[in-house]
Amino acid sequence: MAKKEYSFYPGCSSQKAASGSNYQTSVETMCDVLDIQLNTIPDWNCCAASIGYAEGGELPRLALSARNMALSEQASPGQDIVATCAACWLATRETKERLNADEELMKETNEALAAGGLTVKADQNVRHMAEVLIEDFGFDELGKHVKKPLEGIKIAGYVGCQTNRPFGIDGESFENPKYLDKLVETMGAEPVENYDKKVSCCGGALAFSEPEKSQALIKDIIEAAYDGGADMIVTPCPVCQLNVEAYQNDINAKYKTKFNMPVVYYSTLMSVAYGKDRKQSGLDGQIITPKQLEEIAK
Amino acid sequence: MASDAINYYRNNFLKEVEANVEEGAWVKMCMQCGVCAGSCPLGNAWEHTPQKIFMMIRAGKRDEVLSSDAMWMCTSCYNCIARCPRELPITHIMHGLANYAHRLGLAPKNQPTRKFATMFWNNLTKKGRVNELKLGIALYFMNGLVNGIKVAIKAMPLGMSMMKTKRLSPMEILGGHGIKDTSGFHAILKKAREIEDAKMKKFD
Ligand code: SF4
Ligand code: SF4
Ligand code: SF4
Ligand code: SF4
Repeated sequence: MAKKEYSFYPGCSSQKAASGSNYQTSVETMCDVLDIQLNTIPDWNCCAASIGYAEGGELPRLALSARNMALSEQASPGQDIVATCAACWLATRETKERLNADEELMKETNEALAAGGLTVKADQNVRHMAEVLIEDFGFDELGKHVKKPLEGIKIAGYVGCQTNRPFGIDGESFENPKYLDKLVETMGAEPVENYDKKVSCCGGALAFSEPEKSQALIKDIIEAAYDGGADMIVTPCPVCQLNVEAYQNDINAKYKTKFNMPVVYYSTLMSVAYGKDRKQSGLDGQIITPKQLEEIAK
Repeated sequence: MASDAINYYRNNFLKEVEANVEEGAWVKMCMQCGVCAGSCPLGNAWEHTPQKIFMMIRAGKRDEVLSSDAMWMCTSCYNCIARCPRELPITHIMHGLANYAHRLGLAPKNQPTRKFATMFWNNLTKKGRVNELKLGIALYFMNGLVNGIKVAIKAMPLGMSMMKTKRLSPMEILGGHGIKDTSGFHAILKKAREIEDAKMKKFD
């Protein structure tokens, strides 16, 4: 396959020494194997995720994503914008759709952008990396690069909310999307059938402001993975990853559980299956070590 | 005119929401089926479901709606939007109501998500990108110094494992991530705020 190029919106959590930095490492490794070139949007800014509304309101919030799109249109015209964080993807795609649907909003947004010397057309597609993998490559192509099939590992595919709603992946249902399971299978591992918490919410940003309530949600997500016999959970979202991996100690203390469930990114799974080492696969960023992956990546 | 007659019977608060709240014009489309009410992950923890909030808006219960903690319990899971038979952008209406209540100063004081959302916005708009360490520290001290120290100590093991795995950097306290064109960025946000403020209609 010929090299594919995308305009890339990395998002805050993927920055160096930020909570999703290991996601970024494994994405780069995966893209290298698949011959994907990611052209990072120059001077991109944070999109305010789904928590920007309270202080930001409507137009300032949309202006954040519009600034990124404007910069992307200058640097990589005609390319699709790709995000790896569900919240980044959602905020940017929502802005694109809102601007295209509402002339007045488009006018106002451009008025605001003009204050910083920019204009936006909002004419680039805005896509999640998972969409790119499935639609531009497909499972067969993704499977061709597997060097070390992840045999004997059982994995619960946790899609979460925002990768799945309101946009989701074309052709997949909101209530029972199958693509993560198919990806797990493509990498040679075994998906947990009927993982009932696959699209349940982990609390998102409320994990910070309402920790107890969110941890109750997270507990169910992990418990269901154990019930399905999972060795680990895989997710396409850096917020999900952090929320589900990081609070297991707190949950154990509160609920007298003994959770020790690794939570990895799809890109980490793929990097390991593609024969890359521990570091290239972002495994050094795990708080809870997925021992079987470490073993394969050795 | 017929449309005037209809407007006459519509209460003021519904009009206010339609004029001033993001996606507020959709509220009247709700048919009270209750699907959204069963969709919120934290639905058992809050006073009013979206369905109830929309009913209360139509009933003109301004104070009760704007001081409700319901909008602040929205996790942005988009379950409701995916399921609503009338295709209301419920998540955005809830966010819009939260923002409106916050701007009017009527939102519940000390609501943790309200505080967190404000901190998040201030953190990101300063330099264009989120500084997770400063945000984390601000979060610990959200409810005052003494409580903050307790929360921070409790979170120590997590902070340490995040640092060990290089997913949190103590150097961020010195500045950390940011964009280059901060002046252009601030000018854009200022202008956007001005435009939005100018559109706000007066009601009371
Ligand atoms: S969604 Fe999160 S990580 Fe992505 S840019 Fe927005 S705030 Fe930053
Ligand atoms: S599952 Fe959690 S982190 Fe992932 S998108 Fe939903 S709320 Fe956000
Ligand atoms: S699902 Fe839609 S129509 Fe039904 S109560 Fe909720 S907002 Fe109203
Ligand atoms: S997005 Fe908000 S309002 Fe909608 S179901 Fe989720 S929590 Fe409820």
